[in-house]
Amino acid sequence: MNESLRPPVAAETLRPRASRTTNLLWFAVPLLALILASVWLVTSDWLKAFDNGAPPVEKITFERVVLDNDGIHLQVRAGGSAELSIGQVLVDDAYWSFKQEPAGALSPLSSAWLHVPYPWVLGEKHEVKVLTRTGVVFKHPIEVAVPTPQAQIGHLGPQALLGIFVGIVPVVIGMLFYPALRGVGRNGLNFVLALTVGLLAFLLVDTLKEAVEFGRKSAESFQGIPMVAIVALGAFLLLFAIGRRHGTPTGIALATYIALGIGLHNFGEGLAIGAAFTAGVAGLGVFLVLGFTLHNVTEGIGIVAPLVDNRPSLPTFLGLALLAGAPAIIGIWIGSLTYAPHWAALALAIGAGAILQVIVEVGSYLKRRAAPGETWFTPSILAGLTLGIAVMYVTAVFVKV
Amino acid sequence: MREWIRKSLSRRNLLSAGALTAAGAGLLTLARTQPIAAQPHAGHGTQAAASGSDAKSHAHGNMMSGGAVDNHKNGFDPTKILTDWETGTVSQLPDGRVLRTYEVTGEDKEIEIIPGVFFPAWTYNGRVPGPTLRATEGERLRVVFHNNGSHPHTMHFHGIHSARMDGIPGAGMVNPGDEFVYEFDALPFGCHLYHCHALPLKRHIHKGMYGAFIIDPDPARHPEQAAVANSRLLGTPENKEWQEFVMVMNAFDTDFDNENEVYAVNTVGHHFTKHPIQIARGKPVRVYLVNVTEFDPINSFHLHGNFFDYYDHGTTLTPTLKTVDTVVQCQGQRGILEFTFKDHETGLYMFHAHQSEFAELGWMGMFDVVEATS
Repeated sequence: MNESLRPPVAAETLRPRASRTTNLLWFAVPLLALILASVWLVTSDWLKAFDNGAPPVEKITFERVVLDNDGIHLQVRAGGSAELSIGQVLVDDAYWSFKQEPAGALSPLSSAWLHVPYPWVLGEKHEVKVLTRTGVVFKHPIEVAVPTPQAQIGHLGPQALLGIFVGIVPVVIGMLFYPALRGVGRNGLNFVLALTVGLLAFLLVDTLKEAVEFGRKSAESFQGIPMVAIVALGAFLLLFAIGRRHGTPTGIALATYIALGIGLHNFGEGLAIGAAFTAGVAGLGVFLVLGFTLHNVTEGIGIVAPLVDNRPSLPTFLGLALLAGAPAIIGIWIGSLTYAPHWAALALAIGAGAILQVIVEVGSYLKRRAAPGETWFTPSILAGLTLGIAVMYVTAVFVKV
Repeated sequence: MREWIRKSLSRRNLLSAGALTAAGAGLLTLARTQPIAAQPHAGHGTQAAASGSDAKSHAHGNMMSGGAVDNHKNGFDPTKILTDWETGTVSQLPDGRVLRTYEVTGEDKEIEIIPGVFFPAWTYNGRVPGPTLRATEGERLRVVFHNNGSHPHTMHFHGIHSARMDGIPGAGMVNPGDEFVYEFDALPFGCHLYHCHALPLKRHIHKGMYGAFIIDPDPARHPEQAAVANSRLLGTPENKEWQEFVMVMNAFDTDFDNENEVYAVNTVGHHFTKHPIQIARGKPVRVYLVNVTEFDPINSFHLHGNFFDYYDHGTTLTPTLKTVDTVVQCQGQRGILEFTFKDHETGLYMFHAHQSEFAELGWMGMFDVVEATS
């Protein structure tokens, strides 16, 4: 790197290494050139030759909507090529008085709250429109108007219970397969490990899909999809590097990483359930919660599969169950408040990276378990992979009703 | 999972939920205690600061655009347009007839049509609607139109004239920088309009190129109804007993999707809600009503607490509709409304389009009936 930034003809063999200060000075040269170029661009203003009279591009993203006794509150974020000002707010095609906080024009990427004292109607649909100075209209539907839950201590308990039921309970149930797994033999264990990879592959796709959906809903400047890809890859590389500090993880370490990846996925699942609270508790039926439980049982099996050769203590099991399941509770708490879509996209992208890391590690563990000279891709592994994906896919049907 | 959330939010699920009773109770509280509705302008914040102390708009609560339009910067005030008659310059023709000459200039101009929202308009004389040209039946009219705008424009008058003077492509089309003189007789008497007839027509009209064109009846030509004709003729003692207003119902499509965002009378949405039109209780009122709304086939005028007589196109001296409180006009239709608040209490009387949609998008206003106008 340094070499390429050095003055021309800088061949290490021909010239002595420049002193530290000289080298730093050479770093300043390109920076100075950049500053000079920018200053010239701004002061000479020759870009105005390209001014064709087109109005600036305006973009408004609705990030949060809160409905309460005072009306409708919207957090909007500006995008586009120049600052924009909000002229009027309409609800259901009628102009309404509103208060903007902070007031004034919005520069790109800045956000503001719009408080509209609109008497919304419980259970009905409303549409908010924001009219900018130039007359551009941005619409945001409120599909079903229900009061936005406020952060209330009273709600935390029932929400935690729900989180335990969709997060921790199924993982613990899955872990109860542990004694059985110890007696399945080598091929049997390969099968279970492959099953784990299969279920993780499903979770990876599911998590990425949700991350991308949230990414699409975030302000354009955040570049949702590249952001998700970069964060997922970054999380993967980071966890991979940490995991391999002391060689390839096996046993409890591997189980911990699996639990972490699943935990981050369950955090995302919790966000979605919490968001359902935000929009109306009624949608959450017994059938649905049972569906989540069933869906997540497989995760418990996946976590304990690498532990067959160890004899972990009960607290270890408990810790793993908490690591994998408890994030669902936190997810529900956060999700039930309103949150901006880019935060959800970030959390889910990290989850996707973590899941990818576990897939790689379990895969390499499976490969190492094969006898030398023998193929690792045995029928039992193929069967496990397929079944893992299939079970997740089929049980997911229950939560998509 | 997203699908699940979407599905689970269907109305049926919600309405069937017992859990909602509590939420419903919360809403009842909202209806009872909503403090902002009681003081319409208290919550406007920065927007309200500009709108000033406007106690008149109580009736609309918060269903109101915040802020105020800068009339000065716009170069016109919708209230002043109500009574701003452009009578041109008068001279005599060799045959003794009156020759009335108007000067009109077409120009591009950005105008504020509801507080904080700007529209790139095409205008006559820098205002929307254009000047209200007023003449007397039988006069010779000469309209000198100079186009300073960026597009070719015309002035197409609704009246009696020759094909050469029609103001359409091929007959009186004026390119930017050019000039044309439209000449014809002021016939028939009535409440008319003019507008640009360059193509595409929709765009040229809705961009702001229109105005009222009023021809007062000549009492000498209507001896059997001379009193009525006299009351219509601008400047006569009989006419001075009336309070006359011109109201051009227009609308603006700010995002150019062939649907209007702002509806108004004389351009600025909600203007007459924030600035009620003062009328003296004892004097009768005559409204010259013109509909130039684009995209919507019809517009309407509804008066609260009172009824009016209506003269469709204003081309008769007896009403074409008697004792109505709502009148409908198609695009380009116009007419005269006559009513009085003589036997009413003083106070605020609303008027608005009876398409609630238009009213909520800006087309509503108030008459402030007082004992005597200041």
